Amino acid sequence: MADHAHAETLALRVQFDTAEQQKDASTLGMWIFLITEIMFFGGMFAAYTVYRTWYPTVFAVASTSLNAPIGAANTCILLFSSFTMVMAVRAGQLGQQRMIVFFLVLTLLFGFAFLGVKAVEWKEKFDEHHIPGQAEFHLEGLPATQQATAQLFFSLYFAMTGLHAAHMVIGAGILIFLIVHARKGRYSADYYTPVDVAGLYWHFVDIIWIFLFPLLYLIDRHLGK
Amino acid sequence: MSATPKSVAPARPEATDYLTVETSIRSWLLPTDHKRIGLLFLCATTAMLVLGGLLAMTMRLELLTPESDLVDPLTYDRLFTLHGVIMVWLFMIPAIPSGFGNFFVPLMLGAREIAFPRLNLASFWIYVLGGAIVLGGLVAGGADTGWTFYPPYSTSSSPTAVVPILIGVFVLGISSTITGLNFIVTVHALRVRGLTWLRMPLFVWSIYATSIILVLATPVLAMALALIAIDAAFGFGIFDPALGGDPILYQHLFWFYSHPAVYIMVLPAMGVISELISTYSRKPVFGYHFVAFSSLAIAVLGFLVWGHHLFVSGQSLYAGLVFSFLSYFVAIPSAIKVFNWTATLYKGSITYHTPMLYAFGFIGLFTIGGLTGLFLAALGIDVHVTDTYFVVAHFHYIMVGGTIMAYLGGMHYWWPKMTGRMYPEGWARLSALVIFLGFNLTFFPQFILGYLGMPRRYHAYPEEFQVLNVLSTAGASVLAAGYLMPMIYFIWSLRYGKIAPANPWGATGLEWKTASPPPLHNFDETPVVTHEAYDYTTVMGEEIEVG
Amino acid sequence: MSGVSSDLLAALGRAARRLLFLPPQGSTSAVAIDRLHVLEISVMTTLALAIAIATVAFVWRFHRSRRPGRTPRIVAPRWLEIVVYGGILSFFLAIWWIGVRQYLRFGEAPAGALEVYVTAKQWMWKFGYPDGLTSAGVLYVPAGRPVKLLLTSRDVIHSFYVPDFRIKRDALPGRYTGIWFEALGPGRHDVLCAEMCGTGHSRMRAEVRVLTPRDFEAWRTGGAASRDASRATMVERGRATAIRHGCLQCHTLDGTPATGPTWQGLFGRPVELADGRTLRADEAYLTRSMMDPAAEVVHGFAPIMPSYRGQLAPSETAALVELIKSLRERSNLGGERP
Repeated sequence: MADHAHAETLALRVQFDTAEQQKDASTLGMWIFLITEIMFFGGMFAAYTVYRTWYPTVFAVASTSLNAPIGAANTCILLFSSFTMVMAVRAGQLGQQRMIVFFLVLTLLFGFAFLGVKAVEWKEKFDEHHIPGQAEFHLEGLPATQQATAQLFFSLYFAMTGLHAAHMVIGAGILIFLIVHARKGRYSADYYTPVDVAGLYWHFVDIIWIFLFPLLYLIDRHLGK
Repeated sequence: MSATPKSVAPARPEATDYLTVETSIRSWLLPTDHKRIGLLFLCATTAMLVLGGLLAMTMRLELLTPESDLVDPLTYDRLFTLHGVIMVWLFMIPAIPSGFGNFFVPLMLGAREIAFPRLNLASFWIYVLGGAIVLGGLVAGGADTGWTFYPPYSTSSSPTAVVPILIGVFVLGISSTITGLNFIVTVHALRVRGLTWLRMPLFVWSIYATSIILVLATPVLAMALALIAIDAAFGFGIFDPALGGDPILYQHLFWFYSHPAVYIMVLPAMGVISELISTYSRKPVFGYHFVAFSSLAIAVLGFLVWGHHLFVSGQSLYAGLVFSFLSYFVAIPSAIKVFNWTATLYKGSITYHTPMLYAFGFIGLFTIGGLTGLFLAALGIDVHVTDTYFVVAHFHYIMVGGTIMAYLGGMHYWWPKMTGRMYPEGWARLSALVIFLGFNLTFFPQFILGYLGMPRRYHAYPEEFQVLNVLSTAGASVLAAGYLMPMIYFIWSLRYGKIAPANPWGATGLEWKTASPPPLHNFDETPVVTHEAYDYTTVMGEEIEVG
Repeated sequence: MSGVSSDLLAALGRAARRLLFLPPQGSTSAVAIDRLHVLEISVMTTLALAIAIATVAFVWRFHRSRRPGRTPRIVAPRWLEIVVYGGILSFFLAIWWIGVRQYLRFGEAPAGALEVYVTAKQWMWKFGYPDGLTSAGVLYVPAGRPVKLLLTSRDVIHSFYVPDFRIKRDALPGRYTGIWFEALGPGRHDVLCAEMCGTGHSRMRAEVRVLTPRDFEAWRTGGAASRDASRATMVERGRATAIRHGCLQCHTLDGTPATGPTWQGLFGRPVELADGRTLRADEAYLTRSMMDPAAEVVHGFAPIMPSYRGQLAPSETAALVELIKSLRERSNLGGERP
């Protein structure tokens, strides 16, 4: 198909009759994508649920080894990033091109801040040898017989936060793409669909964390102390 | 749909169709035209069918004798694993949806393109990437776990490199998820004026239902594979009993995808058969609503029966009862289709064109495959025949006898539309016959082997099973010869075949309202639909007004 | 009268079995399952034939050479579709119901079954009897008495399959699964592995040798069987295991109240759980309690027991279960032979 770059701003592609139809299609596409993401994380949440019910005490003890204040701070950072993302979409609706860039950059910075904090937390786990599958794995407060099961908690911890972080990284890539295009003035009140659907994705990734944080850090924490 | 009708496609120069409008290599490697992407998928999946078939042939040769003499046990294990992986994820799942679906769903909807053409192109290259990783894994030594990758064997005991194959399948899952998403949006957003939901061709219905499964089930497989790859690569223990993990949990996640995946493989085939039966008996499909909604029913019920793969795994007695109960229910929508196809023939005007022969083959073989599935749903019987050659025969009757028959039927049916050339009818009928006979000779003895108790995935077997195994291998050779014939005459026809008219079969679908092969954006003038699908009662072939 | 009809049924069953190429019937369950099989295949064949005959008849009768031109538009009456598919579904559900009754019957071993512990590993089967006898590759059982197998695996998943008995059950690492059969008469039957477990999968065979009750007694007491080096019974080994793993710090063997439930009289008793459910303390429950103690905490006790998953070898688990069984109360013995 011929390149339609010349009409990128209004970008009515050949298969659509109206701009509205095109926007509806993009939005529907993103919602379906989010459903696939829910199913994707759903598999892991199912695994988590099974093991949490099997080994409640081990999981309670293991969750105390996570740094809840830092996790809470990180949750706040992410919530702020969602707010700035909403503001970017709002700026898109109003056609304020410089504000789109401003809020997208802010969102990106919050995203990086989250990933930075996460990296520090992971580093801590490595220093404490809380890495499943390693011979020197040892978790304080549990008898030798339960060290194996404690590794299961950390297997899930790394798998869940790791996949979440991977989604954040992809989100950051999308934001950078949007920032570049927004600086060129591609988005306006008539056409800001990419900002809109990227916003949906960003909020989804936030929501996943809103579930991960209590599941991994908070539930039954008092029992483990 | 509130679209106002308009013809944005400019009048095209004489005789330029989607094949000749651009001819650079780049235009073929990076097309956004849904028809070209469909063709690329068809070529790639056919190549995978050949590769998977060669692996199967090697296995059948090894099974000629009770001892392991042609290949060593480990090689045999790799063969059946790769045969499964290639046939399931590189052929069956993408073949009809990504191949014919890509090509014909927009045409049948009267659309100019699919909803997201660049995403569609990405889907193809992600498929190629996934395939390359799987084949790279094959070169690196392949996996020997079977396509099911059950832990703890796959994570701690297998002597082979399982992780690359897992990553490859994960990547392939991304490709099919994207394709499913694209179809759902296309069907919702791009139906042409007058094409209401209940006027859609049944092929579109089946692709729509398939896409729902693709979108909901594939991510769960992706997660299961991701977790098992993490287990195998980093020594995590999410499914490892030694660390408190549960291998049965993996089986639940895997079959939560893989049972619906069976319907991903067979639903599009059913859609093709609905088109063929209607066209060659010149009648609307009997009970259109029942057939259309049975596709959706399969998509929904298919998610509720995964536990019937775990009857002997020690899952709770009561879970077994419920899964058995639901498995009988999921048979009903399939029965609806078979009975309604048969009823469509009544008072029709039937011809024996090659695609119709494949449709007959499909009905017969799918019926056997489906009914033997009910033996597996019966708890006591399942205990005896599960994990034996009975199961192998059962799903090959569905997958090969069903899906490949429909794939070949669709290939013959739409060949004139895709290429603008007719295939040679006589050779085609002969090959359909050879394939049908070869298929039955290959797989019917396997039912008996299963009854006698020969477990699957055996490279060596007790001597009393030899006669049936020899029969099966002989059948496989006939089948291979049968498959070779279309490949030759299709290529021959590209150059020497008769020029195809726009509507060689007198069919009603929108895809036959445009030239063969179609122009770049499908229709010179946007059609408007005023009648139900398969309406052969009004003016034959003229019921669609061009607006 | 009933003798004649059951003879007739048996003869029909044998004929059908040969027609279907089913292997010999070596157990009581094989006979029952084959009967269901014959019923199901009759129904299915009828259905398939109906479709085939209709297709052939229509194709011949309505070929274009006989019926050129337009075709009538036939609308499917909704009631007809509902009646047809309702009818087929009720057929299916009838078969389901028969299957359910059978499955429930064969799900639970009758009292007095001989218990054998089956341990699978790459690529062999080992059989352990409660009195300490062990046997590799050959499972000796008496004819005419129910035999209950408790399966586990030491490495990957295997599946214990005896075609002649129509039984199959996965052997899972870290878990016990159960299955039972009653062999009809003396003879030998193949045991195959039905779950892919590595290069030796195809050759992971064993055999069941069914002996007359007298021969079985002779084998059990005679020199043909190998005993463990210590010649200790399973119960004695269970006691040693319980001491070694510290079980007796919380559980008692004589009914004295302690941190955990006493083992005396535990086996076979209904157990009330903390979450309100009531379970029978059978082998599966006991094994689960060792592996996932928190899942089913007994009412009145704190959920403090650690999991022994990965700590106990399969043979140790089996020995502990045997120890607990040996402490059951007389009233729980039911029809069990001494």
